Amino acid sequence: MAKKMKTAAEVMLDVLYENGVRHVFGIPGGNSIPIYDALTHHPLNLILTRHEQGATHMADGYARSSGKIGVVCVTSGPGATNTLTGILTAMMDSVPMLVITGQSITPNIGLDAFQEADILGMSFPAVKHSYMISDPQDISRIIKEALHIATSGRPGPVLVDIPKDISASLIDPEIENDQDLPGFKDIPVADPVDIKKAAELMNRALRPVILAGHGVILSGAGEQLMQMAEKMNIPVTTTLLGKGGFPDTHDLSLSMPGMHGTAYANKALTGSDLIIAIGARWDDRITGVPENFCPHARKIHFDIDSVEIRKIIPVDCSVIGDAKASIEALLPHLEPGDTARWIKQINRWKRDFPLKYRKEGKLRAQHIIEELATMAGTEAIACTDVGQHQMWAAHFVKSEKGENWITSGGAGTMGFGLPSAIGAQLARPESMVYTIVGDGSFQMTLCELATAVINKLPIKILIVNNRYLGMVRQWQHMFYENRLTGVDLEGNPDFIKLASAYGMKGFRVKRSSDVRKTLKAALKWNEGPCIIEAVVEQHDNVFPMVPAGAALDEMIIEAPRRKRSGEGEDQ
Amino acid sequence: MDQSMKHTISLLVSNKPGVLTRVALVFARRGFNIDSLVVSQAQSPEFSRMNIEATGNERTLNLMLTQLNRLVDVIHAVDHASDDVIQRELALFKVNCTPDKRTSVLQIADTFRGQTVDIGDDTITLQVTGKSTKVDAFHTMMSPFGIMELVRTGKVLMSRGKESTA
Ligand SMILES: Cc1ncc(C[n+]2csc(CCOP(=O)(O)OP(=O)(O)O)c2C)c(N)n1
Ligand SMILES: [Mg+2]
Repeated sequence: MAKKMKTAAEVMLDVLYENGVRHVFGIPGGNSIPIYDALTHHPLNLILTRHEQGATHMADGYARSSGKIGVVCVTSGPGATNTLTGILTAMMDSVPMLVITGQSITPNIGLDAFQEADILGMSFPAVKHSYMISDPQDISRIIKEALHIATSGRPGPVLVDIPKDISASLIDPEIENDQDLPGFKDIPVADPVDIKKAAELMNRALRPVILAGHGVILSGAGEQLMQMAEKMNIPVTTTLLGKGGFPDTHDLSLSMPGMHGTAYANKALTGSDLIIAIGARWDDRITGVPENFCPHARKIHFDIDSVEIRKIIPVDCSVIGDAKASIEALLPHLEPGDTARWIKQINRWKRDFPLKYRKEGKLRAQHIIEELATMAGTEAIACTDVGQHQMWAAHFVKSEKGENWITSGGAGTMGFGLPSAIGAQLARPESMVYTIVGDGSFQMTLCELATAVINKLPIKILIVNNRYLGMVRQWQHMFYENRLTGVDLEGNPDFIKLASAYGMKGFRVKRSSDVRKTLKAALKWNEGPCIIEAVVEQHDNVFPMVPAGAALDEMIIEAPRRKRSGEGEDQ
Repeated sequence: MDQSMKHTISLLVSNKPGVLTRVALVFARRGFNIDSLVVSQAQSPEFSRMNIEATGNERTLNLMLTQLNRLVDVIHAVDHASDDVIQRELALFKVNCTPDKRTSVLQIADTFRGQTVDIGDDTITLQVTGKSTKVDAFHTMMSPFGIMELVRTGKVLMSRGKESTA
């Protein structure tokens, strides 16, 4: 009896499905047609996007909101190169992603064939790992390895390049080659000696601060972190990506530190005698110049990735392992010290230097962001784009769960906000999803409105329209004597007309007094996505701000009171 | 202050296309120049051995070692700066050598246990093997005669005794 043969593409889709994948994001092309052909009769859902970059950010938002891998499938050449920005974004933020690219037929590779690009070579510096398949019988092994590599340890993107003749080959699905990963290291388990040392430092500390990063969320260590912080009475500051790993609403929360961090988080770090970093990689947006970063505090670093240890900041103790397991091992060794005076001091800072803005007068970005976040509640998923609005979202969205806060941190990729929200809504259809985008960022991927509309995703898209590339304008204003260049977004479309062109609902709000009313209507709107365009004060700057290169305690806490001519910078 | 030092790194890697590029990128990204590089199949054909010499400060090098070890295709990467390992290099020297100088050139070569591999009217080609410092010394001795061409293989290494090379 003849064996039932399948194409390698079909076998690949089966492997994905068996491993829990339900959605694939992408756009087809000549060299990925065999894969798309296999999708026609497969239970995997294809989400057709309008641009491959959008597909990667959707997969990214899908992964961050669900903890499951996001999968992208595109064609060769420009289709493949269009994914690079999204791959970098996922790499920088440790997001599990599988990017499958079509490739020219094997005999044509290296001959400048139509739509041939050396995507494997281009991927090297931006992926956790990448493959090109040269034997169709290898496909299930490689896809399984790719899923494993992308999701285990510190997650990241994996690219698999599949020549068209390979994906179209008929193979015996029963034959499966063994996995072959001799160089893939197991997840490290924390050394008990390091755990003891960390505990000793923590038990003795008088002014400790926990710096919690994305690793806390990725390892699901929120509860353990909470136990530790509460038991020891230690305040917790969460990085931009660690937001939600410890609730912003908790008494011990200091919110975000760093360049645009809260004054109290930065004062706490500066005044501390021990910084306990957990799954945080001492990003330069937090530390500034490493030599000047809290030189008097001792430091402990918990991380799953040994590359991060001492990469930037010298530490007194390092614990290499999964955050959750490490904290669990640490807890029994912890004995509460006396941090009461320290907490008192921190509470004074919180009282004296709160985040603030003016609610009366012109509509402020902060106002509508805070109102939207409050009305949507902490069960809703908040996505953001990149710029001033992102920092204000970090300030005013109160997060209680890591998987409900989705932002591009390491890469700071403009255009992330809309597609990541689409991915999140597909992963979690029951949750409310809103995305806070800038007028500049939004226009980088706005073609994905079509994707949101055809899939009837009830995403609330708040466009914070200051008609500027605001964050760059802020730098030019503050550090280049207000010489504005290349930041005026003259030529913005009418966003409400844009919404209607896509067959969507659009709301516009210009006055503070209309904020609640408009948001109420928008949050009730459930027939597909809607745009809320907030026309906001153009010249507001984000504060606090630590100028680049300065130490945390040199931060500018509030906008200077004096007015510049023609600017209403009087928050 | 960090001292710039010469390091010899040995790697055991998967024997697959592209691995060398991935390894080289780790060096290039930090602006580390590779002084020498030897790649060959390991005992088992699924693996290759790489020996890389590079100069740079200790801290960057340690970071690069962890980054190399993180690569999926790298089984392990070790720095041998301070270890006692067997290190060898082979070099070919093509030297200006008219018949009247032949005796002195050959005498020096003999001291270094060099071998004559080719001889012409006014050139001589010598092969020297040994520690890199020995090859350096031979280089110095040959310079006055006029070196026309020189090629060195780069360093290979192996641990002593029963211990297997990391
Ligand atoms: C793809 C990309 N290009 C350029 C930048 C540099 N950049 C950072 S913030 C910013 C301005 C963003 O403008 P907008 O989306 O309107 O947000 P705003 O700062 O005005 O709130 C720019 C250009 C970037 N982060 N990403
Ligand atoms: Mg803007």
